[in-house]
Amino acid sequence: MANITLVQAINLALIQEMERNDSIVLLGEDIGVNGGVFRVTEGLQKRFGGARVFDTPLAESGIIGLSIGMAMGGLHPVPEIQFEGFLGPAYDQICSHAARMRSRTRGAFTVPMTIRIPVGGGIHAPELHSDSPEAIYAHTPGLKVVMPSSPYDAKGLLTSCLREPDPVLFFEPKRIYRAIREEVPEDEYTLPLGVARTVCEGSDLTIVSWGASVVQCMQAIEKSEQSIELIDLRTIYPFDMDAVATSVKKTGRCVVVHEAPLTCGFGSEIAARIMERCFLELEAPVQRVAGYDTTMPYYKMELDYLPDSYRVQRAIEDCLAY
Amino acid sequence: MPITTVFTAEIKKISILDEHANFDEKLGDGLIPNEDLLKLYEAMVACRHLDEVAFRLQRSGRMGTYPQNMGQEATSLGAAYVLRKDDWMVTCYRENCGLFWRGVPMEAILLHWMGDERGNAMPKPHWVTPIYVPLGTQMLHAAGLTLAAKYRGIDRIACTFFGDGAASEGDFHEACNFASNLEIPVVFVCQNNFWAISTPSKINSAAPTFAQRGISYGMPCVQVDGNDIFATVYAMKQAMEYTRKHGKPYFIEMVTYRLADHTTADDAKRYREDAEVESWRRKDPIIRLNAHLKNLRIWDDDKEVALKEKVALDIAAAVARAENITPPERTDAFDNMYAETPADLALQRDTRHTHSLGQDPSQLPIEAQERAAQMDAAAFAAHAAH
Ligand SMILES: Cc1ncc(C[n+]2csc(CCOP(=O)(O)OP(=O)(O)O)c2C)c(N)n1
Ligand SMILES: [Mg+2]
Repeated sequence: MANITLVQAINLALIQEMERNDSIVLLGEDIGVNGGVFRVTEGLQKRFGGARVFDTPLAESGIIGLSIGMAMGGLHPVPEIQFEGFLGPAYDQICSHAARMRSRTRGAFTVPMTIRIPVGGGIHAPELHSDSPEAIYAHTPGLKVVMPSSPYDAKGLLTSCLREPDPVLFFEPKRIYRAIREEVPEDEYTLPLGVARTVCEGSDLTIVSWGASVVQCMQAIEKSEQSIELIDLRTIYPFDMDAVATSVKKTGRCVVVHEAPLTCGFGSEIAARIMERCFLELEAPVQRVAGYDTTMPYYKMELDYLPDSYRVQRAIEDCLAY
Repeated sequence: MPITTVFTAEIKKISILDEHANFDEKLGDGLIPNEDLLKLYEAMVACRHLDEVAFRLQRSGRMGTYPQNMGQEATSLGAAYVLRKDDWMVTCYRENCGLFWRGVPMEAILLHWMGDERGNAMPKPHWVTPIYVPLGTQMLHAAGLTLAAKYRGIDRIACTFFGDGAASEGDFHEACNFASNLEIPVVFVCQNNFWAISTPSKINSAAPTFAQRGISYGMPCVQVDGNDIFATVYAMKQAMEYTRKHGKPYFIEMVTYRLADHTTADDAKRYREDAEVESWRRKDPIIRLNAHLKNLRIWDDDKEVALKEKVALDIAAAVARAENITPPERTDAFDNMYAETPADLALQRDTRHTHSLGQDPSQLPIEAQERAAQMDAAAFAAHAAH
């Protein structure tokens, strides 16, 4: 066991899988000598050489397009997009090709690839360094979307991604890159995609969340006198609706919390599914605590935008008042 | 059929005031009047000082991430000096010196990096666009801005700046292709400072120059010593003449060097040698212009001291204006999204801290509604304070 951060957990998972599987190749902007701007790939170029860990020209469409070809050619590329705000140029390659290759070739070509992307706000960063676009990709059939909220989960989930036969977007919440330390087994282990984690059990109300927001939810729960169950989705697609439905059937109430804007955020999908599966057990409408339907503000106002424990507490109270 | 040569090309490099302050009279004489030269020097010194102040602001927690301009002052300044007041200057984020020359207030740039959108509210009189963060995207806008002027029959060009790294983005190539095929007078200026964060420029171009990228789009292209204000002005004058006369684009590679870290969040020691940085310190655009002014006997150490004092005062005042601005309204983010705020967004704005977003509180039982209203008054005040 080692007491490590999320950054170190990801680094460790990459090392272990790269040693196991020589198909894994890392590429991206500044990931080599510099070890990535967040140092997630620190030391990997030295360890595995410049052919397996290399810096690319600055072109996100190029990085993903090249990776798709590499994947079709038998490798498992792990491209890094430096910040979620720079997924834009790669959107076409991700959604028009990576997502569709298996289905349009009836499986003749596949794209096993893990795109690593720092995500979310709260670190005082410049414009386009703080967004939460996970729903856009969850909305695109053919992609898997993962977002861990702890070092332990990050290592196990990433290891699974690196063994996946289909393209995955692995979002790394930068707000908790170094904010949490946790005992993480040094030996390899996997956590299956599509299985949520019950962070704490409760009987009055269910909170569903993912990524850095899970930490805000835990703070709200600590301050609350109610018995609250917290479910960390961990995988946004495919998502663990069984875990959510089982919990909501028990508690009758649900609050969904995420950083992304409210409208068409993934909370909308969760709320709709709860309606479908738990209608008769519901005591109150599902509440959502989310970013607003505005552009993510520059950092002076980012704390006003991001869901925090106060807003979560208010939603809990409103939900319980019905 | 014999094999024939269908095309050959060569790239010229312009250098007028070299790193030892040797001056090429043939190219440089009469290019910049002495009184302008003094102003250009002062502008570079001011920009350099702002960089140092901004760096300290960031280190003491008074500003977020900031990209220093140190060593690159002569590139955007040379272009800004030549451009007409109502030509567009479309930059990325390392062109402070040229922006200040055009009258953009220093506090606008400070505000941007202090995480305040109001820093981008630079109206028409400056004919500049706001700072661009996503690499390589602004060159297409430069082409569009100029096309709009052309459509209206207005004589206006644009000059757009981007780095050696940004020149790898697809949008860069599309902008070049559009500008030449649609005949749009845009001057493309590649600031080759040898690094894109930790990525050396050879990873972004395997060819000997960035200038030659213009060839494939049929543009005249030239490379200049970007640390030489005479060379950047010279090249920009040629580019301006050509684009105005022919209504077509032009490509300049300005060879310079980023003396500081990429931004305050970067540590360049991880990936480049001190010796390389030292060798470029000697090629500093300010040092050589200072020597040249002294050679011309229009500058001395007393004037230097007086200038530095004035600049320090001006910049302290700009910092104070940026720091003392009233905090943004909490409703700003909502009210600036659309010309007319949609009703649903207005509801979010008005319920944002009072009730689960956008929901109708009348669904709650009466006691709960009252309790919520009471809590809102107290809790909102506490929450707003954080
Ligand atoms: C589309 C996009 N990808 C990545 C980044 C992150 N990033 C910011 S600056 C930079 C390096 C840019 O290098 P260059 O274009 O040479 O300009 P310089 O910083 O050297 O002036 C990178 C990778 C970004 N801002 N936009
Ligand atoms: Mg550069």
